[in-house]
Amino acid sequence: MQRTRRIFLKDMGIAMFGLGAAPAWLARASAAETAGARKKVLVAIFQRGAVDGLNVVVPFGDKRYYELRPNLAIPAPRNGDNKESAIDLDGFFGLHPALAPLKPIYDSSNLAIVHAVGSPDPTRSHFDAQDYMESGTPGRKATTDGWLNRALPAEPGPHSPVRAVSMGTQLARTLHGSNEALAVANLNDFKVRDPIGSDLYEAMYGASTDKLMNGTGTRTFEAVKMVETLQKQAYTPANGAKYPNGALGNSLQQIARLIKADVGMEVAFTDVGGWDTHVNEVGATPVQGQLANLLTTFGQALAAFYQDMGDRMADVTVVTMSEFGRTAKENGNRGTDHGHANYMMAMGGGVRGSKVYGVWPGLAQEQLYEQRDLNITTDFRAVLSELVSGHLGNTNVSSVFPGYTGSKFPGLLVD
Amino acid sequence: MRTFLATTTPFLALGLLAGVVFPGPAGAAKTVVKTVVNTRAASEYAAFQHKLTKDEQILQAANRLTFGPKPGDIEEIRKMGVKKWIERQLHPEQITENPALAAKLEPLESLRMTQLETARNYPTPLLIRAIAMGREPMPEDPVTRAAVQKLLRRVQVKKDLPENEALAPTVPLEQLLTPEQIRLLRTGSVEQKRSVLAAFPSEKIDDLAIALPQPLRYQLMPVADGVLRRKMMLMNAPNQLISYDLNEGKLMRAILSNRQLEEQLVDFWYNHFNVFLEKGSDRFQVPSYERDAIRPHVLGHFRELLESTATSPAMLFYLDNWESVAPATQKAAKGKQVRGLNENYGRELMELHTLGVDGGYTQKDVTEVARCFTGWTIRAPREGGGFYFNEKVHDKEAKVVLGVTIPAGGGKEDGEKVLDILAAHPATAHFISRKLAQRFVADDPPPQLIEKMAKTFLATHGDIRAVLETAFTSKEFFSQGAYHAKVKSPFEMIVSAVRATGANVDFAYALGNRLTQLGEPLYRKLEPTGYSNLGAEWMNSAALLARMNFGMDLAQNRVPGIKVDAAAYEADVAGIAKRLLFREPSPESRAAIEKALAIPVESDKKAPAAPRPAAIAGLVLGSPDFQRR
Repeated sequence: MQRTRRIFLKDMGIAMFGLGAAPAWLARASAAETAGARKKVLVAIFQRGAVDGLNVVVPFGDKRYYELRPNLAIPAPRNGDNKESAIDLDGFFGLHPALAPLKPIYDSSNLAIVHAVGSPDPTRSHFDAQDYMESGTPGRKATTDGWLNRALPAEPGPHSPVRAVSMGTQLARTLHGSNEALAVANLNDFKVRDPIGSDLYEAMYGASTDKLMNGTGTRTFEAVKMVETLQKQAYTPANGAKYPNGALGNSLQQIARLIKADVGMEVAFTDVGGWDTHVNEVGATPVQGQLANLLTTFGQALAAFYQDMGDRMADVTVVTMSEFGRTAKENGNRGTDHGHANYMMAMGGGVRGSKVYGVWPGLAQEQLYEQRDLNITTDFRAVLSELVSGHLGNTNVSSVFPGYTGSKFPGLLVD
Repeated sequence: MRTFLATTTPFLALGLLAGVVFPGPAGAAKTVVKTVVNTRAASEYAAFQHKLTKDEQILQAANRLTFGPKPGDIEEIRKMGVKKWIERQLHPEQITENPALAAKLEPLESLRMTQLETARNYPTPLLIRAIAMGREPMPEDPVTRAAVQKLLRRVQVKKDLPENEALAPTVPLEQLLTPEQIRLLRTGSVEQKRSVLAAFPSEKIDDLAIALPQPLRYQLMPVADGVLRRKMMLMNAPNQLISYDLNEGKLMRAILSNRQLEEQLVDFWYNHFNVFLEKGSDRFQVPSYERDAIRPHVLGHFRELLESTATSPAMLFYLDNWESVAPATQKAAKGKQVRGLNENYGRELMELHTLGVDGGYTQKDVTEVARCFTGWTIRAPREGGGFYFNEKVHDKEAKVVLGVTIPAGGGKEDGEKVLDILAAHPATAHFISRKLAQRFVADDPPPQLIEKMAKTFLATHGDIRAVLETAFTSKEFFSQGAYHAKVKSPFEMIVSAVRATGANVDFAYALGNRLTQLGEPLYRKLEPTGYSNLGAEWMNSAALLARMNFGMDLAQNRVPGIKVDAAAYEADVAGIAKRLLFREPSPESRAAIEKALAIPVESDKKAPAAPRPAAIAGLVLGSPDFQRR
């Protein structure tokens, strides 16, 4: 793996600049190498719209689940069937059959699930709940930066210009903040399209006496150069991994590319929408319909990423989240409405997987939050704090989640 | 926020000083770098004591009060005199409006509607669901009705209907156009498409919009006229039309209006009292919010502006006050969500709208303010109802806000008293003055200027016009410290580029898409902070690349709907930079332009783009020089 970076540095340094003066960005690119270990990477995936966690990680061992969801419930695992019923995880919880590609990862102990997790804020507004989960400060609207930006360890520079990457045209809320973060819709578009313009702009900004323009411009063209090498090579996912069509597969593939190129990326964010299944969440059977379709792509994309990363998964943790869960009881439109607690997944070489974590609060009427939704027994910040400190090595958790006084989530990562 | 300011201040400070002859020892600049906002000694604002030349004053006024000068503006200001010109901008009612603007605004019907009408005419998915269930009537407009019928097909829970089956139009395309016309629309040149559409009888335009299949609709978007384009947008999704109209309206006004300061202020105050277009009912509330709650008060009294936003359905919905009730007035019902006090509005009212985060209020004050506003709600919030005070859910106990007792037994006036207290508070005077100074003078404005503005604010009971007059006549405004000290926001960058080139604007939605790439999708700032007034916050790699690409594309006529007259540049290639910057370019920009001019023009199409005058213009628009105002 070290080889990859050497080739990269050689290509960039010698081919483009000769052996003479190594430009500043090159020093930044090699900063990771001289520091020793490969960078740990945290990838956050946001399922926007509030995914129905009760039909993703199915509590088939709780008979109330079947009472509350006569038309929606995923049948309990059946021997020899992995298409029409839940895939057994531990005798109580099962995966939606559309997530079958994730089962081998779970079995290999690289995938863990936390259930009944969420934000303590009672809001059922997508807008507010996403905002709170991205800022990492439930109940506080005026926070302007996001938890994943604050999660970057406070190491002295120089930092890679692609240290924090947000997939999409806009910088995600989660990555707003004082550490420089890059929004990349498509790695192949990250450039000045006019080739002469690119060189001239680089010269202009590089020579500018306007410090802000000079600084941002210089960093921009450093990042452009890093990405340029990637743009020139067609990318073939490793180990026969096949990403599904669509935005999530595309984003994860680009994240994989950046990680494998060893350009110093430490955190990445991407999101996937469509989970707001008020109507026709399920089709003719509970394992068909909108949710099943979304989960199929979701599971394929995560599994392809895992396969593509191969050994490099040792350095990577992927974490998924969604703003809140959905009502425990199905509604009259073969769907569910806005609820409270949900599930989170953590995937990576350092994850202590093969386990569904969390305290199950139960689905009896009196056990439900406001008598309608799954109760929260784990704060989402507990899970994220554990990953930020245990995986990224940023132990200053109180500045990543200001105001959070609860515990971390010990045991989720291999020591 | 604080961390961010502290870490970026060195850049800001250096940016401010760039190109300015800094008096005193060289060490002085280093001191600036080490200090943080608000703790700089008075001497460190020395650049704000250095006067501008007459020409610089003219450009400074144009750069700050307008969205960037267009050809002829500088001469006009010089002729009128800077002082008089500013005075007129402060009194927009005295300025004759550009007739071209009225023509552009005319088709944007949703901008003239009440929120009840926008809700009805451009139904949200929620309302469409209600129509599907027979609880709401079908819309009257034939195109909207056809669009709704299409969408109904998707939400209707009927097993006998195949999902997403296309709904055949009543009048098929083949009856409206000849096969040859259809072929031209699909595969013809831009001119051929235009001529087919131009020849189409206007009385059948609704049928055409309905009959066009979706791929063809998207294809024809850039060539259709304003009326047909709106109808095609309606067919895509009725509710998107409001977003389309808002985008066209805001960009057209910023580009074309002669009342430039008024447009700057509508942008400023909308962001100050931000609401997010994509939150529930705000999807149809925003046109009336901007038009009725913001625009009439941008140069009026702050107290009136504050109340017009406090009572607007858009704000009540955005910050959840509409569902805030005194818990004691609620009976717990089994299985039903119990409503209670919601503090969101109370908190943001003090933190963002009036006192500022350091304005000296406590969490207790937040709760007390929220209690005062219980019952300030919306009648039928999902269907476009207006403000009303619901006595039944109001907290009638006594409250204490910032040390002032609001006696028990009150009603709607409890909230009004809070607005009185906040609007007259010295912390508000300072907070608003500072924010205006950040927008119009510099990211880190000198404290003595803020003092002067706050004094005017308090003496005039919050007369915004008077506060701005204090700013615009101050020596700090016309100082080297403020001259080109501001980085343009994406909105300012894009509008100033269109104005500087004197481009002809047919439609603006492509500009709206570019704004998203630059990081400022209009009306879509999710957080109540609104978009930042601090220029430095807009500088990041992806956004900077987007600025460069936009500059190149605009000048070379690659932005649909915008036509730049490139011939004008060919006559005077050497003067292009000065034409667009309204001053001499920096040495590094000049060097890059000269380098570009030295590249031989290749006739081979495969060679890199030749440095034609239009490309030089593009280079200038993406230069560091053009990113500041």
